[in-house]
Amino acid sequence: MTDLQPLVIVNNLVKHFPVMRGILIQRQVGTVRAVDGISFFIAPSETLGLVGESGCGKTTAGRTLLGLYPPTDGQITIDGHNLRKAHGPTMMAIRRKAQIIFQDPYASLNPRWTISAIIGEPLRVHHLISSEAERTDRVRELLRLVGLSPSHLNRFPHEFSGGQRQRIGVARALASDPKFIVCDEPISALDVSIQAQVVNLLEDLQDRLGLTYLFIAHDLSMVRHICDRVAVMYLGVIVELAARDELYEHPLHPYTKALLSAVPIPDPKKDRARRRTILAGDVPSPLNPPPGCRFHPRCPIAVEKCHQDVPEWREVISGHWVACHLV
Amino acid sequence: MTVANPLPNIQPLKPLSLDELEAPPLTLSKMAWLKFRRHKMALVGVGILVLMILYCTLGGLVFSEKFANYNDTGIALQPPSSVHPFGTDVIGRDILARTIYGGQISLLIGLIAVMLETTLGIIIGAVSGYFGGLVDSLLMRFTEAILIVPQIFLLLVMAKFFAGNIPNLTILGREFSGSVVVIIAIIGLTSWPYLARIVRAEFLTLKESEFVLAARATGSSTFDIIFRHILPNSIAPIVVSATLGVANAITLEAYISFLGLGVRPPTATWGNMLEGAYNYIDKAYWLWLFPGLLILLIVLSINFVGDGLRDALDPRSRTI
Repeated sequence: MTDLQPLVIVNNLVKHFPVMRGILIQRQVGTVRAVDGISFFIAPSETLGLVGESGCGKTTAGRTLLGLYPPTDGQITIDGHNLRKAHGPTMMAIRRKAQIIFQDPYASLNPRWTISAIIGEPLRVHHLISSEAERTDRVRELLRLVGLSPSHLNRFPHEFSGGQRQRIGVARALASDPKFIVCDEPISALDVSIQAQVVNLLEDLQDRLGLTYLFIAHDLSMVRHICDRVAVMYLGVIVELAARDELYEHPLHPYTKALLSAVPIPDPKKDRARRRTILAGDVPSPLNPPPGCRFHPRCPIAVEKCHQDVPEWREVISGHWVACHLV
Repeated sequence: MTVANPLPNIQPLKPLSLDELEAPPLTLSKMAWLKFRRHKMALVGVGILVLMILYCTLGGLVFSEKFANYNDTGIALQPPSSVHPFGTDVIGRDILARTIYGGQISLLIGLIAVMLETTLGIIIGAVSGYFGGLVDSLLMRFTEAILIVPQIFLLLVMAKFFAGNIPNLTILGREFSGSVVVIIAIIGLTSWPYLARIVRAEFLTLKESEFVLAARATGSSTFDIIFRHILPNSIAPIVVSATLGVANAITLEAYISFLGLGVRPPTATWGNMLEGAYNYIDKAYWLWLFPGLLILLIVLSINFVGDGLRDALDPRSRTI
């Protein structure tokens, strides 16, 4: 996998949100460091999982990666194009090749548009169709591809269930024939039975269309099921990144260990036998992250050094990256 | 010997295509109508509005405008009779005919002032909400500056200021007092701040919504995002505000005209028919009763319709 040219390269991506105050002339009173320097690459046809607690910056990372939020710093390369320098036709080429599926299927479809208009939007924007009839044909084909009835094309989003809507979101993302899709917690708003259907659909589409995914999630078992490699985020930074089995079987970072020990095991005997790492306290505010290693206030093994020095992001074993002084 | 086909004439059923099985889509306007019609008062309001519009339009076919403006002091202040069903005013004009032509002007003022108000409110609110930053700050402080001055004072000052020599206008063969245009303009120019704030709030919420982000990820233009994604989704409060705005504009016109700064006679409006009527409150009730009743009815019915629309268009109440 690594011998191929990566499809997506992210280098030291930073996204800060200014906190503004003032009636007429606004001044900045603080900075939310939502994403604070993350680096990774994704090979073609690979699925990279991005996991972490609520509020750790996963979603912001995914959206900034596509330029939906202007990045504060860092480089983003998608399919050979530098996203930060892209505008006009280059930007449209990136928009066509990189798509996103959102978490909330109730919020991600325009309630006043028909399914045909929603799925047809990328076709219209990128001039991929020349006539109304061609659009209808293409939309029917996409509906069939995601397992919906092609006759639904004149319905409105409110006539569908959550799982069906998520399929519509997938169909829209696929309409412009992309190479790369950011899946922003595409299943966490769905029922467990529907989750499996949507995940299977995503895997099936990946096999058939050779898609590359950035799969953002907080459900570790689902990530293990779908991803090739997994990155663990904590408070705006990636603390560990490794191939799936390597990460699940030999986690190095204490935060990863704690996360994995929180995954329920469907066997009470095994569950009682294992050692749980229970983290104390809450995630600190990204407005004022702790100095040194961001995890040190909650880390069970933190030493003096962790309070002062930011741990280096280094490759410990081939393909296994971690940011911790004690590994 | 061949056995006769026992069912010789039955054709196989043509299988239905999936499209034929599909129920017609339940559009949002259909859903809104299903919710609206549960409001009895709103339906009554619609009924009264229709009757009023018929009264003002069909009535114009019965009486000529010349008749409505014809004065004969010899028959001044006559009580309702079979010749003048609503009586006559201080200079002997027929009040029935004047309420018909006055209604046309009052409704016209209401509708056009609201169009102006809504256009301004949408543009200012949309620009402010969508682009944010300094533009937003400047526009909103300006909006608030207008909001804190009571509208009626603003209207009176502007009415006085623009009262100069406005020539009469002839539109479609009818002559209007130029003051009609002034009244429309000043009502429209002072009523938009509330709507602008509503639209801005809608834009602030919707521009961060996931379907707008999805449109941006697709590469839709800013124009498309504003006019095809966000605006259609903020239409509900705009429609409600515009409906109530018509009633408000009619009332405001009545205020100004009652105080003698509004539409000049001989052009009648329900408001300027009330001008001077207070001198005859006990002596000639018909002077104020009929135009007053009409204003009351139209404002009430528009408000009922507005309430019905508010519920019918509320995206948060999805039950039918």
